[in-house]
Amino acid sequence: MLSVRLDHLNDLDEWRSKARRLLAAGLKPSQVVWRVGAEENGLFEAGDDMLPQTDGPIGSVPRQFMELAGSVIQHSEPERFALLYRMLWRLQQDSRILANAADADTGMLTKLASAVRRDAHKMKAFVRFRAIPDADEEHYIAWFEPDHYILEATAPFFSRRFAGMVWGIVTPYSSAFWDKENLRFGPGGSKKDIPAEDAVEDDWQTYYDSIFNPARLKVAMMKSEMPMKYWRNLPEAARIAPLIRNARQMEQDMIARAATQPPARHTRQKAHEVEEKDNDIQSLSDAVEAIGGCRRCPLYEHATQPVFGEGPAQAEVMFVGEQPGDQEDLAGRPFIGPAGQVFDEAMEKAGIDRSRLYVTNAVKHFKFEPRGKRRIHQKPNAGEIQACRFWLNLERDFLKPKIVVALGASAAQSLLGKAVSISRMRGQPIPLEDGTVLFITNHPSYLLRIPDPQKKREESAKFDADLALIRDHMEKLHAA
Amino acid sequence: MVALTLSRKLAILADAAKYDASCASSGTEKRNSSKTGGIGSTEGSGICHSYAPDGRCISLLKLLLTNFCVYDCAYCINRSSSNVARARFSVDEVVRLTLDFYKRNYIEGLFLSSGIIRSPDYTMEEMVRVARTLREVHLFAGYIHLKVIPNAAPELLAEAGRWADRLSTNIELPTDSALEHFAPEKRPSEIRTAMARLRGKLDEATPDNKPSKAKPEKFAPAGQSTQMIVGADKADDSAILTRAAGLYSGYRLKRVYYSAFSPIPDASSRLPLAPPPLMREHRLYQADWLIRFYGFDVPEIVAGGEGGHLDLNIDPKLAWALKTRQSFPVDVNRADREMLLRVPGLGVRAVDRVITSRRHHRLTLADVSRLTASIDKVRPFISAADWTPGGLTDDIKLKQKLTPQPKQLELF
Repeated sequence: MLSVRLDHLNDLDEWRSKARRLLAAGLKPSQVVWRVGAEENGLFEAGDDMLPQTDGPIGSVPRQFMELAGSVIQHSEPERFALLYRMLWRLQQDSRILANAADADTGMLTKLASAVRRDAHKMKAFVRFRAIPDADEEHYIAWFEPDHYILEATAPFFSRRFAGMVWGIVTPYSSAFWDKENLRFGPGGSKKDIPAEDAVEDDWQTYYDSIFNPARLKVAMMKSEMPMKYWRNLPEAARIAPLIRNARQMEQDMIARAATQPPARHTRQKAHEVEEKDNDIQSLSDAVEAIGGCRRCPLYEHATQPVFGEGPAQAEVMFVGEQPGDQEDLAGRPFIGPAGQVFDEAMEKAGIDRSRLYVTNAVKHFKFEPRGKRRIHQKPNAGEIQACRFWLNLERDFLKPKIVVALGASAAQSLLGKAVSISRMRGQPIPLEDGTVLFITNHPSYLLRIPDPQKKREESAKFDADLALIRDHMEKLHAA
Repeated sequence: MVALTLSRKLAILADAAKYDASCASSGTEKRNSSKTGGIGSTEGSGICHSYAPDGRCISLLKLLLTNFCVYDCAYCINRSSSNVARARFSVDEVVRLTLDFYKRNYIEGLFLSSGIIRSPDYTMEEMVRVARTLREVHLFAGYIHLKVIPNAAPELLAEAGRWADRLSTNIELPTDSALEHFAPEKRPSEIRTAMARLRGKLDEATPDNKPSKAKPEKFAPAGQSTQMIVGADKADDSAILTRAAGLYSGYRLKRVYYSAFSPIPDASSRLPLAPPPLMREHRLYQADWLIRFYGFDVPEIVAGGEGGHLDLNIDPKLAWALKTRQSFPVDVNRADREMLLRVPGLGVRAVDRVITSRRHHRLTLADVSRLTASIDKVRPFISAADWTPGGLTDDIKLKQKLTPQPKQLELF
């Protein structure tokens, strides 16, 4: 039996160099006993000084093993060195053992590694620094009792986080110190090594008391996430018992207490508030204001905002689309999405000055169906179109355009008050009662959705022809 | 008026902030202070530094800058008509508390909200000033979550996003009519417009939207979230989830937080004075998960319950499966991912493991039971190499068998 001596509790490099030499000497795991520090050899154990020296690597191991070993070496389990050596030995025969979750050694290594990870996570959470009073510069120190030998591997987290601060963490087996530049390790200590209090802890306890909602008491949940073994080093834990004791009473009191009269400040404030504006809509800008509160159909409930028409107040031509799309809804402006771009290009092609048009929609709120992270456009129904005619009529009344163009069936339905066929109505001026001339054509987004290229060309040609007709009509208007 | 001590202000303004459920400190960029010599780091997953006896994680210093408020929202402890004690922090006081707590490792960062004083812009400007001071003067690299005041100027939102990891705007209540009823000064469409603006900013800052261009300016790397109060108004679970699905699809929210309405000191008489509906809140979170990660839509989930409400006794996926038994059993060796995700008791991780391990060999019931913690729930809904549930799937007592024994929810 060979006794291998390690100076450190958790030094992976030290263990690795010894393990390499054992492996080179062909020593089976059953022939080796691992000892740490001053631990005495057993009666029949030989020392490890006669092991051959090896420098470079002598075999290969899966990277996964080194990662596991880095955690497992920190575990307080006394058998961890032997377990690691046994796995190393076995991996020389079969490099796939670690992939087999059912293997006992693999299972044990995984279990130890995850215990170490949890311990390190809790250390990051539950270390509590105290300021050293009367130090020349701010200086913090903490006492922490980890389950495993995790300080060396976890301290760099604190260096990255508290880079600009002088601090130390003392544990029973080791200590770490950061001077804003270097991380050093020293011997273990005791709770007496750190100050007994810190003035800020009173504020922290006040915060802990105040953030607690007595109506939601869930003690078991708290204990599973913040096990009681940590409580003795957490300043806030002193508050737990009284908070739990009084919770029920506090909740009952809140429920029992009747509402009081509002304070005088509230009454003064309310008196100062201006009376709501009356609902008379006298202009386009009044309409923009008023539509914010529109409840004429349920679409307002899920849309971001109403999207009103846009364009010069003296515009002679008004284009009416169906409804705002996703982008129009987010930005609150009409005709800025993909269909708006098709519209802009078509106008340019037809030689119509886009800046002189007023563009709006038959329905002012976006109707959609949520699908994960996207909103799928839904066609407005007859009721929604009817409800929203109120606003379109206001736009027509205030703007008095000479030509109105319906883009698509919804717009035509809104302007004519009934459903019509686009193919039958397009290509001709339709006189309306108020003297306006109406043209009907497709919605540009219809063109975007035609999959067959041949059909797409035909429909685009018809659309362009409709626009040309409208342009000619506009020019006649000016010639007259 | 006698000046309040800092400690008294802390008590008032933490108490005022505790009804906001969000406490996450995860999902932001990775950064630390090694290069700057400042204080703070964020390394992926958030850290809960403590837990209160309500079982909630304490990760951030959650404060209101002030609980004075010109609004009179019935459900809110800080409404102007409430007689709750009032206080106001100075910018420097919040900065100092944040640093004092952070340096002692009590917290991951700051979550700052505020009552509305003077105007939305003034209030937002003050909150932005806290964040800017922490970042610029104190080189603070910890987590910052700022509440966005709807209607604040777009420049202030842009600056808030420059300093904060996360921004949030609370939708407050599931329906616009309820919000108008209980919060007369709030405009639902203004709240959604604020979310839409944030989404626009977040889209701009996401590199894959702008390939090959210069690195876009940073904006709230942990995204935006919102909170909905559950049980203050009459809305059913269907309305709540429909609202949530609409928000997720429109504004790229990271999270919708559901907060069971709990009795508040000096409560308005218009609201239910009853213990908070914690189980309902829990079921809503489960349903929310089904929408985001399991491919369910709202009508399917709601159909698992009765009358627009989720079944409080069993989880919503099981409730759906029990009412959709014709879709089961699902063959774990053949079914696609989408269908496996619909099996009660199989989570996303379990499904991934089923798919990986079935490439090597046909899975038996024992194999599946090693991949999930809840095989009893899974068994009636799957078939495996050595298992078919037979009549179990259609057993009329199945629901009863799978319903957890009623446990005493209260501890005393």
